[in-house]
Amino acid sequence: MEAKNIDKSFYNPIETQVLKQVSFTINRGEFVSVVGRSGCGKSTLLYILSTMDTDYKGELLIDEEVITGKSLNYLSKLRNEKIGFVFQFHYLLKEFSVLENILIPGLKLGRFSREELEYRAMEKLKIFDMQEHALKKANQLSGGQKQRLAIARALINDPILIMGDEPTGNLDKKNADFVFNIFKELAAEFHQTILIVTHDPEFTEGTDRIIEMEDGKVIRQ
Amino acid sequence: MSSKIASQVFYNVGSIDLSVVIDGIDPKRHTELFTFQDYVIVGNPADLLQTNSIILSKGDADRMLTAIGDVIQVTTAQQGNKAQLKVVGYYQSGLADFDNTNSFASINTVQKMMGEPSSYLTDIQVKLYDFNEAPAFASEYRDIFEIEADDIQTVNAQFETGSSIRALISRAVGITLLVVSGFGIYNILNMMIYEKLDTIAILKAIGFNSSDVKRIFITIALSIGLIGGAVGLFMGYLACLGIERMPFETEALPTVKTHPVDFKYYLIGGIFSLVTTYLAGFFPARKASSVDPVDIIRGKRQSNPYWKQKTSISLSTIP
Repeated sequence: MEAKNIDKSFYNPIETQVLKQVSFTINRGEFVSVVGRSGCGKSTLLYILSTMDTDYKGELLIDEEVITGKSLNYLSKLRNEKIGFVFQFHYLLKEFSVLENILIPGLKLGRFSREELEYRAMEKLKIFDMQEHALKKANQLSGGQKQRLAIARALINDPILIMGDEPTGNLDKKNADFVFNIFKELAAEFHQTILIVTHDPEFTEGTDRIIEMEDGKVIRQ
Repeated sequence: MSSKIASQVFYNVGSIDLSVVIDGIDPKRHTELFTFQDYVIVGNPADLLQTNSIILSKGDADRMLTAIGDVIQVTTAQQGNKAQLKVVGYYQSGLADFDNTNSFASINTVQKMMGEPSSYLTDIQVKLYDFNEAPAFASEYRDIFEIEADDIQTVNAQFETGSSIRALISRAVGITLLVVSGFGIYNILNMMIYEKLDTIAILKAIGFNSSDVKRIFITIALSIGLIGGAVGLFMGYLACLGIERMPFETEALPTVKTHPVDFKYYLIGGIFSLVTTYLAGFFPARKASSVDPVDIIRGKRQSNPYWKQKTSISLSTIP
């Protein structure tokens, strides 16, 4: 993944430039964390990199393909296939069971049949030691379990890139460590690129690379 | 085609004369073409084949205190001929005025009574397979045979106007109900989208595009329409089953004994319920599809133009 000279401004209520000429390259299989004070633009950068925010200047490449200027439908497909998200809040669908929550992105992609997807979803749940909760409703889980489930959902389509906006922000030490180790393992064993925005210094220490931001600029990488 | 003689006569009841019209008809043809037997409430149209028999209207029979088998005396208006006719039945058409001045006898009886030859006729009634063609036929016959020809629509113009206005009113009420319920569904879906903003945002984040989101909400709207429509039609059907059994006896419609129920309106109702809910679901669904996931996930709902349009509590409403 490569970002070239990304500028981003908010116009409401007055024009404020939040990102100034941000450029960096992340290689496949790297475990990268983005740190900085609040308001330095790191979340904004993440949403641009995630392809959800398209209102910026500059150029973004994912998997050696220029993403800037593509249609919204194309970007949706790309997110479905190549990017997995974990947010600070889990954003699970409470109407569905644990298993169904994981299945949704897979059913949308349609690469596998339903039976095969269910098998794969169970495999993902086993990684997180959650297989016995598969048939519960999503809102019957504890906070830590919900976050683990959200990560399992991000993994179902085997994305090449996993992004997180403070994925451990709401978790206690034990759960945070668990989540961290999972990310580490994904990067090392499955060569999935991981990009995490965080405040947690302990979390950052363990990553391969730290991108530090201040006032909309990358000051160290 | 059925031929007819209309003759002006008087019934002689003691010292009183009642002025009426006796229609001379061919009972067999008249029954075949105009379901005459449905209007004959006592007796049988075929009884008219006996000479000098008459089917009286119920109203006249009551006024003259006659019973079946009685013989009444009539005088023709033009010739002053007197004749005795035997009452073989009563009929009731539903139009009280018509009933009070019309009775039926066979063509032969009327011809003899009037002293006319057997070639004498006054009216020819023509029944068409499609009565909508009547006006065209009437004007054609008027020109070809140089006669007076009236079509059924002209003769029954009053009745036609009445039923078209009734249909207009019932349709207007129906459309009003559908529009009101459509707004109800529209509001429900709008609130639902507000409640499900997080869900919409995450669906978009994991790769659903705008048209997928729109399709989800339109499917919800249509299932409300389908289930609501089915339940509504079923309840309506139950109500109709009850109404259908309810006695509805009126002198105006002698052949109808219970409330008439027409089941083709169920189909129309079903289709309309789906169309209404589709329209009511379309606009909220379009709003849902335009939700920006970044705004929701970052918790900056105010910056989404959609939510700016929402009514808010203003200072003036606080007591």
